[in-house]
Amino acid sequence: MFKLKKIGLIVLALILTIAVAGCAGSKKEENKAGEAPKTQENKSGSVTAVGSTALQPLVEEAATQFMSKNPNAQIVVQGGGSGTGLTQVSQGAADIGNSDVFAEEKKGIDAGQLKDHKVAVVGMAAVVNPNVGVKDLTQKQLIDIFTGKITNWKEVGGADQKITLVNRPKGSGTRATFKKYALNGVEEASGIEEDSSGTVKKIIKETPGAIGYLALAYLDESVLALKLDGVEPKKENIVSGKYPVWSYEHMYTKGEPTGLKKEFLDYMLSSEVQDTIVPKLGYIPATEMKVTRNP
Amino acid sequence: MKWKNEILGKWTSFLCAGLVIVITLSIVSFIGIKGLSTFINTGISPVDVLFSTDWIPDRPDAEGGPALGILPFFVGSIVVSLLAVSLSAPLSIMAAFFINEIAPAWGKKMLQPAIELLAGIPSVVYGWLGLSILVPLIRNAFGGLGFSLLAGALVLAVMIMPTIVSVSVDTIRALPGSYKEAAFALGSTRWQAIRTVLLPAALPGILTGIVLGLSRAFGEALAVQMVIGNVREIPNSLFKPATTLTSGITMDMGYTVMGSLWNNALWTMALLLLLMSFVFIILIRLIGKKGLA
Amino acid sequence: MKVRTADNVATVFFWLAALTIIAILASLIGYVLYHGAKEIDLDFLTKPAQNLRAGGGVGPQLFNSFYILVLSMSVTVPIGLLAGIYLAEYAKRGFVTGMVRLCIEALTSLPSIVVGLFGLLVFVNFTGWGYSLMSGALALTVINLPLMVRISEEAVRSVPGELKEGSLALGATRWQTVIRVLIPVALPALITGVIITAGRVFGEAAALLYTAGISSPPLNFSNWDITSPASPLNPFRPAATLAVHIWKINSEALIPDVRRVADGSAAVLILVVITFNILARWVGRIIHGKMTASGR
Repeated sequence: MFKLKKIGLIVLALILTIAVAGCAGSKKEENKAGEAPKTQENKSGSVTAVGSTALQPLVEEAATQFMSKNPNAQIVVQGGGSGTGLTQVSQGAADIGNSDVFAEEKKGIDAGQLKDHKVAVVGMAAVVNPNVGVKDLTQKQLIDIFTGKITNWKEVGGADQKITLVNRPKGSGTRATFKKYALNGVEEASGIEEDSSGTVKKIIKETPGAIGYLALAYLDESVLALKLDGVEPKKENIVSGKYPVWSYEHMYTKGEPTGLKKEFLDYMLSSEVQDTIVPKLGYIPATEMKVTRNP
Repeated sequence: MKWKNEILGKWTSFLCAGLVIVITLSIVSFIGIKGLSTFINTGISPVDVLFSTDWIPDRPDAEGGPALGILPFFVGSIVVSLLAVSLSAPLSIMAAFFINEIAPAWGKKMLQPAIELLAGIPSVVYGWLGLSILVPLIRNAFGGLGFSLLAGALVLAVMIMPTIVSVSVDTIRALPGSYKEAAFALGSTRWQAIRTVLLPAALPGILTGIVLGLSRAFGEALAVQMVIGNVREIPNSLFKPATTLTSGITMDMGYTVMGSLWNNALWTMALLLLLMSFVFIILIRLIGKKGLA
Repeated sequence: MKVRTADNVATVFFWLAALTIIAILASLIGYVLYHGAKEIDLDFLTKPAQNLRAGGGVGPQLFNSFYILVLSMSVTVPIGLLAGIYLAEYAKRGFVTGMVRLCIEALTSLPSIVVGLFGLLVFVNFTGWGYSLMSGALALTVINLPLMVRISEEAVRSVPGELKEGSLALGATRWQTVIRVLIPVALPALITGVIITAGRVFGEAAALLYTAGISSPPLNFSNWDITSPASPLNPFRPAATLAVHIWKINSEALIPDVRRVADGSAAVLILVVITFNILARWVGRIIHGKMTASGR
């Protein structure tokens, strides 16, 4: 008898916990809904930003700083990928959708209802194992390499080594950008695919004859970033529009942002984030770009 | 009061058991509906998906529309898990006999806990170990990239060993002692007893263990993805990279938009994984029936 | 003579097989601990992870791993136990029982990624909880429930028949017998089972990627308001566990000391799993010892 009561109690307690927490969850929603633009000193409420894993560190870092300034505000940052971010913001499940690509470029998203906030620019470079003996490729050569027409480095003036392609997954923003701006949109030949930039770098470093592509933030002396048509992939050339392989990092909202959402997005574009965290993570501040790009 | 509790207890426990059915059915229906939505109202036939090697989910309509052939993923999954089982099974079966027949004391104290521990190692750690030890090793020994069918199969072989061993150990232990004694009484050596009496008698159980291992290998996701290389081609060599259903899903799920054709194709792969796990259950049941007969 | 030789050769091979397995295990664990153990100190175990700088720890991730386990087990254990009791005590041979068993088998063999995707559909999207500890915990429950049911059923069944019959003969109802006789006697086996199931999902990552998420918002460990998103106890916040964290930093991290954090995290994971294993044996033995001693 006694034992049975105890089990009953435990079950009851469990249900209560879930119920309370569930209510708490919905209370959070109410806060969000009933949120009016508040005074500068008292930013409170909760905002959820979901999406791109590449953008996640930047937003997380900015959110941490933002919250330490505004103790009543809660910015919850989640990964899940660009597709997830765009899906959730369109459905209203998240306040902000982080994406590596324009919403217009993702099939299945009604981009018309989303408002784009370009918070940073990311440059990408074709990257090779340092022993291939090539430092510069024309776009034509690059395309021929990635479509499998050129299979040995000696054909482009390098060492006698077989070319090994290392790709990112088809859906990744890095691959989409590289394909569009470096390869003029041609379909790549199949090569190994790795889900992460870190692994791509590791493979290129360790495999003779390997070529892949990475965001500039991942570059270091273990791999060699190629010049494209003689232009070096670096910040100055991207800002001026000379080097074409770059893309925006987007934070989408459904309609015009209001309240805390707006405060946080303004903060993302303020010099506090743009001049410190953005370059530290290897991004280029969106505010510095001299050229713009549309979907 | 006493009987009220009896009824209450009986029904609560019945409901809990019923919950298992509810969960299973909802998994089947949710994944089923999502997985089949690729074919509903899209004009895409299952044959084009299941038996085609063209996977170009982002091809514009002008160039022929998306191609969703998942054959390379499916074949990759099957090949890598069969390889893993054929590497793992002999060792596992020997280990099971070792624990029961050769050195029970030592086997139970050292080998069995060791194998249980293998089961506890998280799959990310297996993947990470494969990436840092196995891949460079294969690259240096056999050339190529190192990311290969072999790397995936080896990682899986270790991961499924505990499953095969524990099922086999239980089966061998449950054999009537008279079998062995009769064999010894007829003058058999230990090896003869194992080979001619115990192994045949335990075979259905051992096969069950092997199928369970196969099903675990088939569904394993992260560890394989980290070492197999993820190339969408049907591999023609052990040292060539390949891909699997699970890595196809993990690679693209986050990047695609829920409800889009590309995303739905990934759910179709998940459905295929689900159906395969049912195939394995049917296999196990068939083996069980044969064993009884 | 030939037969003897064959027997000896076979024995040698069996020993070789056993030693190979031990060697594989030893080298795996040795490798992880050799590289990782030196990274583990109090700072590493308690400090939050960093996004840009070196020197991050895994404090919140470690907490998340345990918390999600507790949440999940508090659902898994009662349901699993009751379902196990039903199967062992009440179930008659029939369609429903056969169905339950078939479903248990089906759940056992489900790949964890499929469970994760199911969680994404139902717990994350359908209920609107988003990536959260709760979604993750329930996904883990789906993974673990069949094992828990099976362990409970076996534990209850393995209680000697005389005990049960004695209780029933004294006029106790079946349920009273279950609560007062079967569960107490089966307790060692149950506790061991619970710890084993717990250890099994501690390292789960594939299912959690899609349910608990891969981000860990900053936590304020002095905030015990369960409704606040900064409270570590809030079950509706996103939470990367340690296993997911390893996966995450291996993929997109920009911190300069990825290798250090990955090595350290892997070692922590392995150590916790070893602890679970030892604990399960030890607790089982102690309770068993106590029970049999007091029974005399």
